[in-house]
Amino acid sequence: MTDWQKDVLTEALKEETINPKIIVSVLGKDRVGIIAEITAVIANLGGNIIDINQTIFRELFSMNMVIDISQTKEPFLQFKAQLEQKGQELGLMVMAQREDVFTKMHRV
Amino acid sequence: MRITSQEILETIKMVELEHFDIRTVTMGISLRDCVRPTTNGLCEAIYNKIVTKAANLVHIAGELEKEYGIPIINKRISVTPIALLADSLDEDNLTEVAKTLDKAAKEVGVNFIGGFSALVQKGITKGDKRLVDSIPEALAATERVCASVNVASSRAGINMDAVAVMGQIIKQTAQFTADQDGLGCAKLVVFCNIPEDNPFMAGALHGIGEAETVINIGVSGPGVVRDAICNIPHKDFGTLAETIKRTAFKITRAGELIGREAAKRLGVEFGIVDLSLAPTPEVGDSVAEILEAMGIERCGGPGTTAALALLNDAVKKGGAMASCYVGGLSGAFIPVSEDAGMVRAVREKVLSLAKLEAMTSVCSVGLDMIALPGNTTASSIAGLIADEMSIGVINKKTTAVRVIPVPNKKAGDFVEFGGLLGNSPILDILEVSCQSFVERGGRIPAPLQSLIN
Repeated sequence: MTDWQKDVLTEALKEETINPKIIVSVLGKDRVGIIAEITAVIANLGGNIIDINQTIFRELFSMNMVIDISQTKEPFLQFKAQLEQKGQELGLMVMAQREDVFTKMHRV
Repeated sequence: MRITSQEILETIKMVELEHFDIRTVTMGISLRDCVRPTTNGLCEAIYNKIVTKAANLVHIAGELEKEYGIPIINKRISVTPIALLADSLDEDNLTEVAKTLDKAAKEVGVNFIGGFSALVQKGITKGDKRLVDSIPEALAATERVCASVNVASSRAGINMDAVAVMGQIIKQTAQFTADQDGLGCAKLVVFCNIPEDNPFMAGALHGIGEAETVINIGVSGPGVVRDAICNIPHKDFGTLAETIKRTAFKITRAGELIGREAAKRLGVEFGIVDLSLAPTPEVGDSVAEILEAMGIERCGGPGTTAALALLNDAVKKGGAMASCYVGGLSGAFIPVSEDAGMVRAVREKVLSLAKLEAMTSVCSVGLDMIALPGNTTASSIAGLIADEMSIGVINKKTTAVRVIPVPNKKAGDFVEFGGLLGNSPILDILEVSCQSFVERGGRIPAPLQSLIN
């Protein structure tokens, strides 16, 4: 491993611990344009998507995103409220939760 | 490694479909600096301390609930056993103190406050007597106050004088709240080996070895465990225990995370996670149904005690791995009226008082939320308490009795307590007198700690 690679790795790990992320989960009936609609809201609020996973189970649309909210204009609870309200308007179940609840529960 | 979609969906399913929640965030508050010579002075000091310390409790719990997406059902307070503050008071009746606790609980928005309590396993002081004698009136005059009395321990044995008194106090409490089917008794627990950091009601108190202020967490999730077991119908007992352990681990981890964050934001110490499976009357949130998912046709039938023992032990093992500080009662609760599966088993005459007593030798607490006929005598209740205390004393575990002799009702009738306290048929109790036994007085000596068999 080169020094540069080591630096990147160290920085990335440090970033993970000092800058907690949130997870946004979206569930609903599949149709065209869901990702575009949801990500547009996140972009408007200043959230940075750093990981995204999307799949369809039969007709059920399921998407999970890891989002960095350190640059958002508003605190997390307001970010969450706006996102969830948008979900209601679109007829989707949208949930935003702090990432550490998942890592604590599913990692030893 | 990033969390996977499957893990995210599993967590959401636990909350949305299986009733996983943080059952209680309980703030323990020491009242030792509130001792005053007059009742008015004591009440003023208690009120001011509670509303100051717990001012932000409900608000912060609400914030955490939203941020983590896991419901926090109850916000509660436990305080120093009030009997300790009562020895040098200028009057005997402590109802005013209970009313002050009630008022403070309403002011800060918590639904129960525990600690109207006395520790009398070896003997009774003036303050203890004042507290115990005040219980019936205090519980009738308040809505949110919970009382508990520890009458036995593995080191002290059983204070049978206190047991006899508690039989009478339970009867009086039922009479004082007769218009509500003896509801006062649902807020009164008689303990052996009472934990000092239990966050669950009605038995919560802030023990004398505790810090000034502390946050304790009670997690729950019978539905999550039941569903996990339903997914492995024909697997062996090793797999069964492992599945319960893994589930308990996840539940406890969430509790610990939220507890630590709550303590940090409130600027107080984090105490413990109590990893109990606490049922509610809602369908799918039942401990009885877990035992039935294991393969017992109906809770109370042969095999029930073994299934409960396995469950209780696996929950403790999984939870202990998940948190450094596990405490409180930690295990499976079997409160009859609060558990729809238990109620069904009683109604079908499969689950009896005798079987419940056997189950308490391996569950985490004891004879809990059991409705008895209104004409059950004080000495019979004392006998029931003595039996339960002896299971705790000999087995070095916490046991407790929370029974309600429902005024004017007989075995087979039905009683509705409402809300989380649920409903229940009145159980049958043998009408065989133990009055001469109870009236002997004195203490049952502490047991040997060796020659165990």
